[in-house]
Amino acid sequence: MPSTPSSGSDAMADTKPLLSVRELSVSFQTDAGVVHAVDRVSFEIFPGETLALVGESGSGKSVTAMSILRLIESQRGRVSGGPIEFEGRDLLALSEKEVRAIRGNRIGMIFQEPMSSMNPVYTLGTQIGEPLLLHARLSATQARSEAIRLLELVGMPSPERRVDEYPHQLSGGMRQRAMIAMALACRPSLLIADEPTTALDVTVQAQILELLADLQRQLGMSILMITHDLGVVASLAQRALVMYAGRVVERAAVVDLFENPRHPYTAGLFQSLPRLPAPGEVAPERLRPIEGSVPDALHFPSGCRFHPRCRYAFAPCSELVPELRVPGDTQASRPRASACFYTEQHPDVSYLEAPAAGEAS
Amino acid sequence: MTRSDSELLRVEGLCKFFPVVSGLFGRKVGEVRAVDQVSFQLRRGETLGVVGESGCGKTTAGRSILRLIEPSAGRIWFDGTEITQLSQRELLPYRRRMQIVFQDPFGSLNPRMRVLDILGEAIEQHGLASGAAVEKRVAELLQQVGLSPRWGTRYPHEFSGGQRQRIGVARAIAVSPELVVCDEAVSALDVSIQAQVINLLLDLRRQMNLAYLFIAHDLSVVRHISERVAVMYLGEIVELAGCAELFERPAHPYTRALLSAIPVPDPRRRQCRVVLQGDVPSPLHPPSGCHFHPRCPAAVERCRSVEPPVVQLSGGRSVRCVHAEGLEEAADWYVVLEERLARAQRQHERPLTLGLEPLGELPSIPSPPAEVEVQTRPLRAIALAAPPKDGAARQLEQRGLLEASRLAGLGFALGLLLLLFGYWGIGVLLLLASGPLLVAAPPPALAPLLRGYAASKLALLALALALISLWLGVARRAELAQRELGWLRGEIAAYAANVGSLPPSLNELRWRTVEQFGMGAPRDPWGHPYRYQLGSAAFELSSTGPDGVPSADDLR
Repeated sequence: MPSTPSSGSDAMADTKPLLSVRELSVSFQTDAGVVHAVDRVSFEIFPGETLALVGESGSGKSVTAMSILRLIESQRGRVSGGPIEFEGRDLLALSEKEVRAIRGNRIGMIFQEPMSSMNPVYTLGTQIGEPLLLHARLSATQARSEAIRLLELVGMPSPERRVDEYPHQLSGGMRQRAMIAMALACRPSLLIADEPTTALDVTVQAQILELLADLQRQLGMSILMITHDLGVVASLAQRALVMYAGRVVERAAVVDLFENPRHPYTAGLFQSLPRLPAPGEVAPERLRPIEGSVPDALHFPSGCRFHPRCRYAFAPCSELVPELRVPGDTQASRPRASACFYTEQHPDVSYLEAPAAGEAS
Repeated sequence: MTRSDSELLRVEGLCKFFPVVSGLFGRKVGEVRAVDQVSFQLRRGETLGVVGESGCGKTTAGRSILRLIEPSAGRIWFDGTEITQLSQRELLPYRRRMQIVFQDPFGSLNPRMRVLDILGEAIEQHGLASGAAVEKRVAELLQQVGLSPRWGTRYPHEFSGGQRQRIGVARAIAVSPELVVCDEAVSALDVSIQAQVINLLLDLRRQMNLAYLFIAHDLSVVRHISERVAVMYLGEIVELAGCAELFERPAHPYTRALLSAIPVPDPRRRQCRVVLQGDVPSPLHPPSGCHFHPRCPAAVERCRSVEPPVVQLSGGRSVRCVHAEGLEEAADWYVVLEERLARAQRQHERPLTLGLEPLGELPSIPSPPAEVEVQTRPLRAIALAAPPKDGAARQLEQRGLLEASRLAGLGFALGLLLLLFGYWGIGVLLLLASGPLLVAAPPPALAPLLRGYAASKLALLALALALISLWLGVARRAELAQRELGWLRGEIAAYAANVGSLPPSLNELRWRTVEQFGMGAPRDPWGHPYRYQLGSAAFELSSTGPDGVPSADDLR
């Protein structure tokens, strides 16, 4: 990919963010108790940027995206905090009708499983044209020709024929392309992609990632990429937000994040990953996984939620909640922050190179 | 065939075809060649990775080898004994020595059984222990896979995904097997948990000298755990080589594409990708010749017709590709192959990049406005600028049918309206007259409505309209009947006032009713005569309406 990962973040220093989320918390009332799925999450997305939201299952990344779109069911879920400012308006303060004018129009969405997020009884043309009828008030004929154009845009072969086909007639990759066409129908300024390539084969995944990068270059939209795959993060995003158990533990430009993670959890993720060694490099025999398992959302540990699994945990970790702080030594051009007491006390620690404390003990 | 002592498994020409049946009598109309001529060997304590995209037959191959699925053809030797022809009973001792770990840690454990029973069942089944010894053995196993020995009395739902997968591994190793097929054993797990299970598998391999057939789609995991790797595409092994050599110097074009498609978790190494076009074709209709040729960047004319031979290259590598022909035992095969592939790629017309057509004019994106409403305008303008008269209209004009089809459209609409207002005869006539013409030459405005699913919607709409009009017609007639009854009552009252007695029959009112109802007895809107019964001091007047149609009173 020709664009260097850092180009976006340098230019955005004085730009106004497209989306800014402040202190967002989401909790769900379940039969077993209250689940605090997202806890005081803040971030911004700048125009034209790709921000990755990285985390394992249950880290709250999808819930964060859904609350941006106001898709949290109000019966069970409670969204607090905010504001979520998008193009100068607070999404949390809008009425349902006003949100509908933004959802699918200014903010597009792609989901993981294209088959279950498309309606099996409507043709692609109908489904791609629907937002155009609704938001752009095109006529049926105009919407149809626009749908064909969109299918062409996402690289669907013979779009004139495909536009009258049903989702089941397409392969997985083609369905995901159709999903993207649907999401882009109204030329959104923000595209939320929730695990867009997880269900796809690796060669098809490569196609879709290329397509997203290509579309972003052409249309200039921002992408909020939700994924657990660090490989996808490295190849598409400029900045990343690492989430663990509902909290953001680290925020950094992707290059910095991969080279020198400032949170033990991020470092643990990298070390768990079987890497394809660079030519000449020898792969280590054993991986260094994070011990223990992801905590139950009903009973998150006190203090830093990562401390029971952390090799570096010390006294305050189990009692105090670490804030997302910019480390003191960094006056770099690319702002970064991490929520870790150990990092604060040892600003020079290198988690990737340090001989694992866990292996010694 | 000679075999070294360390050889544990040998597979030759393994095939599994699934018949495709159709119709009432299950006529066979084709077959899915899920696994086609797969051959390999596996030594004791060795790990063979099997990679490929979904639908390439790697799972089917794994299960056919264990005879969980009966193979269609081919031979399998386990530890020197051919097990292909053994009966299930004879196979039982071999079952103990070949185990499997499944992908889904949620679906592969019986939720009604305690961990103790899940693990104990296998041990007792194969007569390895009984009574209290089983519990002791289970505790050992749990410890071995990194779980607390006290957890034997728990049920699977009490464990997390990673722990459940550890139970799956414990169940596989409970009977001290020599071969374990890991079918996507770590694919469903989170990264941090996945690493734990991989480490566990590595430890067990060392402790028990296990041989793994490690089936996965994640190449970096396979790279980490395997000694040799087989790459499968549409049921065939296209390349089989030592792990390090395969990843360093992939020979088959598919392997090259697959390796370059992996997103590397390193932002500084955004590599130049060989992006394949299209998807994996259906194994029901695999392409002729080399199955990979429609997507291959280095396909030549011969690939279309000739099934590529399996070429044995130096270093124990086998490749199924025409470009590798004649390179057997050549020391510098990689250089020659590289050269051949590059030449073929240059001749290949198709560009190697993503199949995006040049787009021409793309609607420019206006800068984000403060108001949402503003944004919708330019888009509408763009769409309006599209060519006004499309191909369909021009075609009709040429056939001189444009006016006719427009008239038919109008006629159809009018027919529907008439139906709605209860004018059945003329409405149906219009619909019948205009319908066929409309279908034969649909006016451009209606064309999208008359295709496929939309047409059936239209038919449903017409049906609904007909039903509504039927109901409306009933209501209208009942109302009319009611009005006529009132009018008749008035007439009877007037007659009584004039004559001094009630009329003996309605025919007596003739001088006025003829104006209203014509000659004969007064009839209701359904054509039935109004019933008139003269009592001693009063009369009864009613309209029943036709059978099955509700009267006015019912409708009220």
